[in-house]
Amino acid sequence: MSLSLQSGGAASRALAPPSTARAIADQGNQMTTRPITTGTSVLGMKYRGGVMLAADTLVSYGSLAKYKNARRLLSINSRTLIGAGGEYSDLQSIADLLRGNALNDRCTADSLYEEDNNEECAGEVWSYLRAVMYQRRNRMNPLWNDVVVAGFRQNPDGTTTDSPFLGVVDKIGTAYEDDVLATGFGAYIALPLMREKYRPDMEEGEARALLEDCLRILFYRDCRALNRVQIAKVTMDGGVLVSEPYELDTYWDFKGFVTNKGEMGTDGGW
Amino acid sequence: MASSGSGYDLSSSTFSPDGRIFQIEYAAKAVENAGTALGLRCADGVVLAVEKPLVNRMLVARTTGGYTRSTSTRASRSRVSSATAGRSLTGRGRRRAITRRHHGTKIPPATLSSRISAYVHYFTLHGALRPFGASTLVAAYDTGTKRHSLHMIEPSGVCYEYYGAAAGRGRQPARTEMEKLVVNPSRVPEGGEMISVSEGVRQLAKIIHSLHDDAKDKPFELEMSWLCEGSGWKHEGVPREIIAGAVEWAKKEIENEGENDEEGDDDEDDEMEE
Repeated sequence: MSLSLQSGGAASRALAPPSTARAIADQGNQMTTRPITTGTSVLGMKYRGGVMLAADTLVSYGSLAKYKNARRLLSINSRTLIGAGGEYSDLQSIADLLRGNALNDRCTADSLYEEDNNEECAGEVWSYLRAVMYQRRNRMNPLWNDVVVAGFRQNPDGTTTDSPFLGVVDKIGTAYEDDVLATGFGAYIALPLMREKYRPDMEEGEARALLEDCLRILFYRDCRALNRVQIAKVTMDGGVLVSEPYELDTYWDFKGFVTNKGEMGTDGGW
Repeated sequence: MASSGSGYDLSSSTFSPDGRIFQIEYAAKAVENAGTALGLRCADGVVLAVEKPLVNRMLVARTTGGYTRSTSTRASRSRVSSATAGRSLTGRGRRRAITRRHHGTKIPPATLSSRISAYVHYFTLHGALRPFGASTLVAAYDTGTKRHSLHMIEPSGVCYEYYGAAAGRGRQPARTEMEKLVVNPSRVPEGGEMISVSEGVRQLAKIIHSLHDDAKDKPFELEMSWLCEGSGWKHEGVPREIIAGAVEWAKKEIENEGENDEEGDDDEDDEMEE
């Protein structure tokens, strides 16, 4: 009860502090407003007979390189891969969701034989993920990821075509497809390089070499990147394959890296 | 079965004066009238076989839905009897298994089976509920102990582990036949060895076919699945060509035995094409 001169009347009620219950409710409704543990870029590219993804294995806590062996390329079913940057726990939750869907499909299928049942193709996973991300964003509680989906398209009858699929969904539900894709910092650094070198008839080795080059350049230029990387591919006959993490060789003696600039007597750099 | 209609069979919440609950026995009866389902725990895996009667000769084979389902990639079950009751149970088991995955583990076979049995048992306790008219065979692999197992849950909620289990119409003769197979690791004869899954497939095909009376019984589809070393301990349908081979072998065996017995039981199999 206020003892001020203004006590009583509508004006004082309007000025009164919010009730305790209201204050708690406000606190209880805090949404994700920034990611905490984050992965950086994911690169994706179609090539002859398949799709390839590449990403490093670093998860940062702010600018701290916290987890150096985190896998960000994941298989969803025998024909679909995802790769994601952004909040790592959100990625784990997305993977649980998609793998749960795949398991449910398998367990409720009418036939015991895999060849009779059609798994979700990459296009479907991508569309579904777009709806999930858009719905979360409209609830002001987004899953903080840019997710690249790779695999194959599906025929109207549910069988898998041999035409590769590569799409991306971001945290606000924007979704698009392309032959080459990069998320995060890679969209600025790697994507122009990939577009320059890309040909639809690239062999697997060429595609891998190009992606590794891009990852190496990202490691040079992106302070949240690492030279420990994974490559993953989906092919028509081989299904999905995700490599174990491995390390890229680096070369730091480029002239631009070591020569002084501006006569400032520093140890080089740029 | 004891006399019905004496007033004690109206609810599963009522015992009869001689200590029985008739509703559960009637549920078991529903299972006894259904197609045979067999499970065999072999040395290197578990085989499930189901005789799936085609209720109408005009039904298109393979479209009636499987009687065997995966609960997760490492566990599966076959059910007998009332299609809807069985579907409800398999759905339940699947959700159990999936919930457990959220905890970062795979549900162990014994736990999965006992959860299903607790659920089935619950339906035998209340007057408002009807017991499940379905028996469930659970074949599963425990990734922790590296051991495979076969459980059966009956309408009463009873759940035991078996080397060989049978439910449905032909369960009695099927059990007798399965007892002749070497499936119990503690009773392997001198110099003998445990039966393998590929042999198990042939034996189960033979049992199902020998129990089927073509003159009397409805045509059927033979549904077989396994969970074995060869399938990477995942539950899969036995490849159709292997089933076809097993059936061919089984028919020959049955024919030979029939000739030896000199009992003019001519078996012209007009079974559905596999």
